[in-house]
Amino acid sequence: MADKVYRVNMSNLSYKIEEVPAHWMGLGGRGLTSTVIAEEVDPECHPLGPNNKMVFAPGLLSGTTAANSGRNSLGTKSPLTGGIKESNVGGTMAGIMAKLGVKALIIEGIPEDDSTFYHIHITKDNVMIEAVPELVGKDNFFVLDAMEEKYNKKVAVMTIGRPGEMKMLISNISVRDPKGKLRSHGRGGVGAVMGSKKIKCITVDAENYKEVTYAAPEKFKEASKIFTKALQENPISGEGLPAFGTNVLVNIINEAGGLPSHNFRSGSSENAEAICGETMAENIKERHGSTTHGCHAGCVIQCSQTYNDKDGNYLTSGFEYEMIWAFGANFGISDLDQIAKIDALMYDLGVDAIETGVTFGVAVDAGLIEFGDGLRAFEILEKEVANGTPLGRIIGGAAGNLGKLYGLVRVPVVKNQSIPAYEPRAIKGQGITYVTTPMGADHTAGYAVATNILNSGGHIDPLQKEGQVELSRNLQIASAAVDSTGMCIFVAFPALDDPKCLPALIDMINARFGINLTADDVTNLGANILKTEHEFNIKAGLTSATDRVPEFMKYETLPPTNAIWDFTNEEIDEFWNF
Amino acid sequence: MPNKIKVTIKLFAQYREGKFKIDKRSYENNSTIKDVLDDIGLDLGKYPIGVLMVNGRHVKEDFALEDGQILAIFPKVGGG
Ligand code: SF4
Repeated sequence: MADKVYRVNMSNLSYKIEEVPAHWMGLGGRGLTSTVIAEEVDPECHPLGPNNKMVFAPGLLSGTTAANSGRNSLGTKSPLTGGIKESNVGGTMAGIMAKLGVKALIIEGIPEDDSTFYHIHITKDNVMIEAVPELVGKDNFFVLDAMEEKYNKKVAVMTIGRPGEMKMLISNISVRDPKGKLRSHGRGGVGAVMGSKKIKCITVDAENYKEVTYAAPEKFKEASKIFTKALQENPISGEGLPAFGTNVLVNIINEAGGLPSHNFRSGSSENAEAICGETMAENIKERHGSTTHGCHAGCVIQCSQTYNDKDGNYLTSGFEYEMIWAFGANFGISDLDQIAKIDALMYDLGVDAIETGVTFGVAVDAGLIEFGDGLRAFEILEKEVANGTPLGRIIGGAAGNLGKLYGLVRVPVVKNQSIPAYEPRAIKGQGITYVTTPMGADHTAGYAVATNILNSGGHIDPLQKEGQVELSRNLQIASAAVDSTGMCIFVAFPALDDPKCLPALIDMINARFGINLTADDVTNLGANILKTEHEFNIKAGLTSATDRVPEFMKYETLPPTNAIWDFTNEEIDEFWNF
Repeated sequence: MPNKIKVTIKLFAQYREGKFKIDKRSYENNSTIKDVLDDIGLDLGKYPIGVLMVNGRHVKEDFALEDGQILAIFPKVGGG
């Protein structure tokens, strides 16, 4: 059976199961979501109004036996940036959607009766849309339990917590992982879009799917073996990530002076040793947690972990560098366990680690909280944000708006989206990615840190301007293509350094669909995705004047490197000449 | 001119196992990072060098160290 497009209209609570249009056929993941948004959504529409849509699409290789292929893409117009958004995530959703033959799930409209929230359940031939008043006002783990009870332990679940219901700009859409923990469609306030459509949760039937078929099964197997080997033999994906998680980055970024601290006043943190990946791994070992955990079934890297407290009781999982940086270095909490408790709460509420953490950093400057006061941060999230009090709304409105409300100048956002854990002044290639990506400040869009700091794919001096625009462009094109395959971002490390990795990835796509893509085709695909997204943004009003860092970075030097942002507008705009 | 230099050495990730986090050691004048690596005896077969930094700037193994510098030694690490 050919894949289908499942289209749900919330305005009249109806659905259609449609044939896949020919020109969407070869697309998956980000390539498909950005194409649909560009074709069907008015760039000038209000992101929380009836004319915005949400598109979920598994990657081209999702559902196959290919390692690390379980990422699902979500496309929409972001209420945070006002531009196009693609956000991808692990969990079990992508694989199950692909096996059920769901090429894309498109959700449009807003219910007339907005007094309740709905649950959408997708089976092969049917879409059920049902009011769930009993889930309104509940958070993610409650919804997860309710869905597991209603269906079974395997059912794929996406859900929003209270902040998503209240359409807060820090809200995510959370996705169930194989162990019943959560991962997040993060950034851009995508939870608010789901909240605006009055959707509490989406489930997909995991009992009646068929395994995906391969045009050339033997060839697929062969390529898949080479690909898996490349992931396992690479020192980063094979050794570093499983042993220390992404948090291994704290020390190296700190050492290079690129770890934003004290709301982007400094590039190094006094807390680095207390919160670093090495300390975390020691704690995990002592407390009988586990340093390895995959966010989806086929992950052979397993960068996630189980983190326990001092008494060996479970605290959190999916405890990432970005979270630990935001609350540890930038907001100043020196106790890793306290950050872990906030992490667990934030997974339950469904709020974004970067957006929320950076907002707390700005909140210090606003005089709303003391630097490093983790107890108070926890309390604000639990009592104010979760209940939508005026203070909760101020935090939930994200860093850019908080800065405006309090008349602050040091507000680290690009296109109103918070800057992640790498200082643009001290890691200039990454800065170019922040300002040029259509997503707003997003580190995954083109991870120049790899070449600026980690010596992956060669080395370009992070403090010099030379070569950064080209580096970021190449990485962004490659990332757009990889985001279409369903692969996790960390295949980038073997892909940058192992010449066997990318050809094997392309061979798998070809063997799955019986096509003949070349490396050039894949590059063109990535370039076209970027251009499509850029065009949407320009029509939405995000012109080149928004491809800029916050101005304070142009006149405030950053210790300890004393770096400054010194790109001219012309140098930045050169990015789009391809 | 003294014929010894003092260098602060920081080790990270797997390099810390059975070694140290931070140490101050003396070397002959004009010693390079290579000399320091020989002295510490890291398991470079298992964990090849990823990044070397002196005072926060990327350098190569043949870099000649000076008195008072901070040398940071990382195996291949990554994340995102
Ligand atoms: S490496 Fe990490 S992010 Fe990637 S698929 Fe595995 S657990 Fe998920």
